[in-house]
Amino acid sequence: MPLLDIQSLVVEYHTFRANVKAVDRVSLSLEKGRTLGLVGESGCGKSTLGLSTLRLIPPPGKIVSGQITLDGIDIINCPEEEIRRVRGKRVGYIFQDPMTSLNPVKKIGAHFVEMIRTHEPGVAEGDALKRAKEVLGRLGILPERINDFPHQFSGGMRQRVMIGLALALDPDLLIADEPTTSLDVIVEAQIIELLKELKESLNLTLLLITHNIGIIAETADRVAVMYAGRIAELGETRALFEKPMHPYTQALLNSVPNITKKDQVLSWILGAPPDLAEPPPGCLFHPRCPYAFDRCKKEEPLLLKHNSSEVACHLYNRR
Amino acid sequence: MSNERRQGRILVQLFPSLIGLARRGLAGWAVLIGGVIVATVAIMTVVSPWISPYNPIAINVGPILSPPSSEFPLGTNHLGQDMLSRVYSGGSIMFQVALLSVIVCLVVGVPIGLFASYTGGYTDKVASLVMDSIYAFPGLVLAIAIAAMLGPGVVNMALSIAVVYVPSYFRIIRSQVLTIKELPYVEAAHMMGARARKTLFSYILPNVIPSIVAVATINFADAILTAAGLTFVGLGLPVSTPDWGWDLTYGRRLLPSGAWWAITFPGLMVVLLALGFTLMGEGLSELFNPRLQR
Amino acid sequence: MSLRSYVIARLLLTIPMIMLLLTFVFLVVRVLPGDPASLHFEKQVNPQMLLEFKRQLGLDKPIEIQYVEYLVGLLRGDFGKSMQDFSPVSQQIFSAFPATLELAIFSTIIMVLVGVVLGVQASRSYNSVQDHSVRIFGIGSYAIPVFFLGEVMIMIFAIYLHLFPAGDRIYPGMVPTGLTLGGLHWSTGLYTIDSILEGNPSKFAMSLRYLFLPSLTLGTVLCGIFIRLTRGNMLETLQLDFVTAARARGLKERTVVYGYALRNAFLPILTMMGLQFAALLAGAVLTETTFSWPGLGRYLVDRISFRDYTAIQGVVVFFGILVAIVSLAVDIIYAYLDPRIRF
Repeated sequence: MPLLDIQSLVVEYHTFRANVKAVDRVSLSLEKGRTLGLVGESGCGKSTLGLSTLRLIPPPGKIVSGQITLDGIDIINCPEEEIRRVRGKRVGYIFQDPMTSLNPVKKIGAHFVEMIRTHEPGVAEGDALKRAKEVLGRLGILPERINDFPHQFSGGMRQRVMIGLALALDPDLLIADEPTTSLDVIVEAQIIELLKELKESLNLTLLLITHNIGIIAETADRVAVMYAGRIAELGETRALFEKPMHPYTQALLNSVPNITKKDQVLSWILGAPPDLAEPPPGCLFHPRCPYAFDRCKKEEPLLLKHNSSEVACHLYNRR
Repeated sequence: MSNERRQGRILVQLFPSLIGLARRGLAGWAVLIGGVIVATVAIMTVVSPWISPYNPIAINVGPILSPPSSEFPLGTNHLGQDMLSRVYSGGSIMFQVALLSVIVCLVVGVPIGLFASYTGGYTDKVASLVMDSIYAFPGLVLAIAIAAMLGPGVVNMALSIAVVYVPSYFRIIRSQVLTIKELPYVEAAHMMGARARKTLFSYILPNVIPSIVAVATINFADAILTAAGLTFVGLGLPVSTPDWGWDLTYGRRLLPSGAWWAITFPGLMVVLLALGFTLMGEGLSELFNPRLQR
Repeated sequence: MSLRSYVIARLLLTIPMIMLLLTFVFLVVRVLPGDPASLHFEKQVNPQMLLEFKRQLGLDKPIEIQYVEYLVGLLRGDFGKSMQDFSPVSQQIFSAFPATLELAIFSTIIMVLVGVVLGVQASRSYNSVQDHSVRIFGIGSYAIPVFFLGEVMIMIFAIYLHLFPAGDRIYPGMVPTGLTLGGLHWSTGLYTIDSILEGNPSKFAMSLRYLFLPSLTLGTVLCGIFIRLTRGNMLETLQLDFVTAARARGLKERTVVYGYALRNAFLPILTMMGLQFAALLAGAVLTETTFSWPGLGRYLVDRISFRDYTAIQGVVVFFGILVAIVSLAVDIIYAYLDPRIRF
């Protein structure tokens, strides 16, 4: 049984103009010990998907339908108290920008103590601090820094603190939402290495959300490509990178600059992501797709199995 | 964009269609509902001579202090006056005083605000100092001081209230002007040789008008409440004119004997009218300046 | 800018403001009507008597001298003499002031408490019926004339339900006396504190009973702005990343809302309290009259009916100075607490 199972999830944002479907009938599953990468452009709904696994969607957003099951727990319908106990303890969440995600007026140690004591009320403050120092130590942060404030750390160190907070209570699932987007390339590499190490040593189940395909290639077992709130392609990493099926995936992979090729002209994808308040009919990608044909403009392609992956494209579902 | 089109744009912004209002969310509804309330009360006051069953100031048209009945739906007060007629016509003074005070505020406050903030320098500093001093002072107390010295009367009440609220206009205009003054297109106009007065009227004033309208509307509500307050404190008008404020003040003495209707209905009318203006004003504020820090 | 230079700058600003205010009041009372003394006497009065009257009050001197005497007098704490009996107005002011102060304090407590709690609740249930009702209440409460609300409160709670008294400050003969140690006597004029000093719990309870309706009335009418401020602030803050991150760590909602988000709104609320003080005083005038509360407000209204213009002047000046001092204090406290100015 998968650790995390998402079935036909629909998340909408209700604004005065229209109802925007940020996540449209997405189904994913994540087995224990495996890593799933979730890739897509800004605004494709991947962060919303991540937040919905912990029911953290801010209003005017709402989970409209679908099912999310975490190790048997019905995330969408369980009582507030139960989801609160899941957060932090069963699922660790790493946010994109550690500067704005940490409480600027709270010491690092206090963050840990507060969290530990919320989930394990009997723990004494001293013990909680000890555990915090341990966790941070494994991440390369010196124990005496426990009394420092977030702004006294560099970007990379702050992200380590975030990772530490996410792992402090030994969660089953770790969700990393753009963990390296706000970091420079060198620090990014370090953090990714760190994540890979932790994955091995702690046998973590990881949901990695990012727009950086390179990271996905390095760390994920399986990849889901999202476009405009829907899954375009889903498959084993190797297979997807070697033979991308969906035109969007292909374009995405092509657009990554390659330092080894000489005289490479940067390629990009024509057009812009659709306005989700007034989405185009049929396949959401068809206005930008070089292979679009008649059916694409009228009928929405379903996510169907093809070889060992799944793809939502009429090119592969000729019936 | 030509001047005319720009002014046209602003005016369109200023008078959105009614349907457009409802679509603009909560703020639009507030303006709509507030507007309806104000209009209804105003019309009621204007047609009161024709719809009042009795002369509102005629005494002893009914038994003294009788509770609401089919003959006198809102009861009668201690002078035997019909409360329903008094409710219909009691808003007249309030409207007059409020309208007059708003006009005075506009005539005095707007030019001072425009001129002082546009000119800058000492003029601005001095004007701001004076206005801030008045603004900081408890409004009603100042109005009381002035009204006490001026004596009773619609004009005097209006003047007292106007003095208290001029600074609000000044401040809003000043903050707007200071922002607009720095905008590139105003600078551009200067560089093309536009004279100060032209800049002021053609560029700055149209952009400031929406805020002025919003402030004036809220100001109406404040004026009504302050007028009621002045009446309550004894600085109102001579007894002859029907006035909700008067009924509120004198109705107090009737309470211990259980005659709740003498002050409740006029009171509710004041609340309704003030609420109407406030809704409009807040709604307009929100529409013209979304999420303005207040 | 360091704290010290800020305080000095602020002080320097307060002085001209107070001077302006004093001058303004002087002009309104002494110059505007022409002759306040004649105004005091409705009917014709013997010119000889009028002159003597004016002499007693210092109103016979040329206007410039009057102005100087007025300012100098204020520096000495002299707020003029009453037209009724030539007694010093300052005496009345200082004996009536504690009552107004007590009312102001308790009204503030209610105003902030109700405003903040409702504002927080509204922000947490964004766009719900609860949210809209709270917002309407916030706008509507200000539209109610405070004396009308007071009357309604009296009607319901005092006359029909007999739960609270309809007026006055305490039952006759039950005035708390404060603390007397050896030869020293400590009393603040605030009945709640004095009854504690005296060690008399029944007087304490009683003073609260009498305080309840007037403070509730005044607090309710003014809480609207706090509702709006808190709600707005909270809505913004609750969207911020660190709030979502805190929730993601499984912290209790109460901790997140009050510990994380509300902390942010704290300073603006404090500033608003200072800004509302003037409105509080204005409202107190009407509230005291409605509830027969023996404070400065009722004294002022009293003096109006007696056409006691010099006393009116004294009270109005006192109000002005009071507001100026309070806003100065609030600004300084704010500057002290705001890290941007400190560091």
